[in-house]
Amino acid sequence: MNGRKLPRFTVWRAVFAVLMAAGAYATYLRVRYGLGGVTNLSDQFPWGIWIGFDILCGVGLAAGGFTLVAVVHIFNIERYKPILRPAILTAFLGYVLVVLALLFDLGRPDRVWHPLVMWNPHSVMFEVAWCVTLYTTVLALEFAPAVFEKLGWHKPLDWLKFVSVPLMIVGVILSTLHQSSLGSLYLIVPHKLYALWYTPFLPVFFYLSAICAGLAMTIFESWHSSRAFGRDLELPLAAGLARVLAVLLMTLLFVRFLDLQQRGVLGLLLRNRTETWLFGLEIALLAVPMALLFRRRVRWNPAKLYGCAVMVIFGFIANRLNVSVTGMEAGSGTHYVPRWTEVAVTLAIIALGFAVFRAIAQYFPVFEEHHASGAGSSRGPTREAVDEGVPAGVG
Amino acid sequence: MPKAILYDSTMCIGCKACEAACAERWRLPYNDKVAGEPRLSAHKLTAIQTFGEHFSRRLCMHCAQPTCASVCPVGALHKTSLGPVVYDAEKCMGCRYCMTACPFQVPAYEWNSRLPKVRKCDMCYERQRAGKPTACAEACPTGATTCGDREALVAEARRRLAAKPGDYYQRIYGLQEVGGTSVLYLSAVPFERIGLRTDLPQQPLPQLTWRVLEAVPDVVSVGSVLLGGIWWITNRRDEVARAEGGKRR
Repeated sequence: MNGRKLPRFTVWRAVFAVLMAAGAYATYLRVRYGLGGVTNLSDQFPWGIWIGFDILCGVGLAAGGFTLVAVVHIFNIERYKPILRPAILTAFLGYVLVVLALLFDLGRPDRVWHPLVMWNPHSVMFEVAWCVTLYTTVLALEFAPAVFEKLGWHKPLDWLKFVSVPLMIVGVILSTLHQSSLGSLYLIVPHKLYALWYTPFLPVFFYLSAICAGLAMTIFESWHSSRAFGRDLELPLAAGLARVLAVLLMTLLFVRFLDLQQRGVLGLLLRNRTETWLFGLEIALLAVPMALLFRRRVRWNPAKLYGCAVMVIFGFIANRLNVSVTGMEAGSGTHYVPRWTEVAVTLAIIALGFAVFRAIAQYFPVFEEHHASGAGSSRGPTREAVDEGVPAGVG
Repeated sequence: MPKAILYDSTMCIGCKACEAACAERWRLPYNDKVAGEPRLSAHKLTAIQTFGEHFSRRLCMHCAQPTCASVCPVGALHKTSLGPVVYDAEKCMGCRYCMTACPFQVPAYEWNSRLPKVRKCDMCYERQRAGKPTACAEACPTGATTCGDREALVAEARRRLAAKPGDYYQRIYGLQEVGGTSVLYLSAVPFERIGLRTDLPQQPLPQLTWRVLEAVPDVVSVGSVLLGGIWWITNRRDEVARAEGGKRR
């Protein structure tokens, strides 16, 4: 490997090893002693961070996949193609890890397939189960070309090309359905979820915020891989996404406050409660990067752009945890703080995601080769054209 | 005729005979320690609670349109025509959405089991099918818990409210809560003072999610046409540009 970076890598490897060891031990405890032995869940509070973070955030942060597929292949804005494959890979790994996390959380993981044969179309969870299953398959097929190219299998490549457009449309629709449905899950608990978050528009807000998180993740992941693989950051592309992100964040925040106002609950913001502060944190983590990303100088500065993407990701995570944990505590009449084993499993899954992404990106053609394809500076339009052209192209 | 249970808090003496009978019917251990637990749990499917000088009883409410049955992704819970909401442990995968969603916080989980199940009262479905009363109603020495046809019990509750207006808070809990339940309560004091939620809507909760799920076919059909159309237009635009040999895009 790269000699200069060796010490840095050792630190990260040590961190990785510690996280994996803790995760493995927690997994053993989970299998041995059941949910009660490793979680602080209770009859009053049956869903913790494995649902709130691993599932809700995991699926949302993987939304970059369908967003970029729509941008590149359906809206045909081809200049974003260089970051499409990494986004699909992020999404695919995201979903695989979500399913993995689900196996920890389900009381009977051996029955994870039950919703596929035992139907209840009245259940949001049933719809989510089907969508996630189908969409993970779609993502696998969307990423398959990278694998076939590496292996030199041309026939399956041709087949995939043949079905690629319907496949991508199906993927976007499935994503639209389940990204919003994760919000619909909470429509059934008007009596439990705090009024700052409970709204009939939960599915809409979940969908919109997932797209924001997906774009932020794409910028985040593009920045990291540019460092890890010593490549140039596709700055014009990242800046272009950031511009769309700023507009979407503004829309999201606007409709959320409009909703609070329409439901007449803005007064809740004056109460000195935990919910108020955590709501404020969530909004700040979305509003600050929004304001910053409207400035060209921020969008075109890799470090600042990265900082904003991280803020959006944390704002998104804060939102999902507020809906699934903070907002549910008062209504459930109990407090919940995750046990160390819950956190250990979650961290191990995240670490696994980073490691597997890295391994796949090293082995398979995930990133376009700069010189071969001529993507980027040589053929690309000017900074201004790309940056300003995005909304026009989408519209 | 759908069955129901009527619990009259003013007649309850807190003897917990219903708890013992319920434990026996489920073959669950019952002793002083369990009797002392105020909450429902996987080993206690009904609980007598004390609020000052008043008693209350907790058990599955057997809603007319059960939230738990609507949210269960595998249909492990369903409302029988007889009234009880029953659970099929063989289907359950343990997602615990029923527990999150239940407005009465009734379903309990076997947290410490390696093959856990959800536990809740099933209104003695098997006994009732055989024409027998529920174990709790049979055991109750004062008649505070009775079971029978829901309509007859509602009429009986109304009769009691009218006969002794001074003894009762003039409402029947369960008549309209979340669209009506098969467990009905009478009390001397407002229901929130005996630990019942009075902030629940009168509409069945499953409507809240069904309204969204209903839209799924529309999202799929309109979405496919829309996305397909956009793809066709943008693709066509590029093709035309290429054919005309003009500048890229």
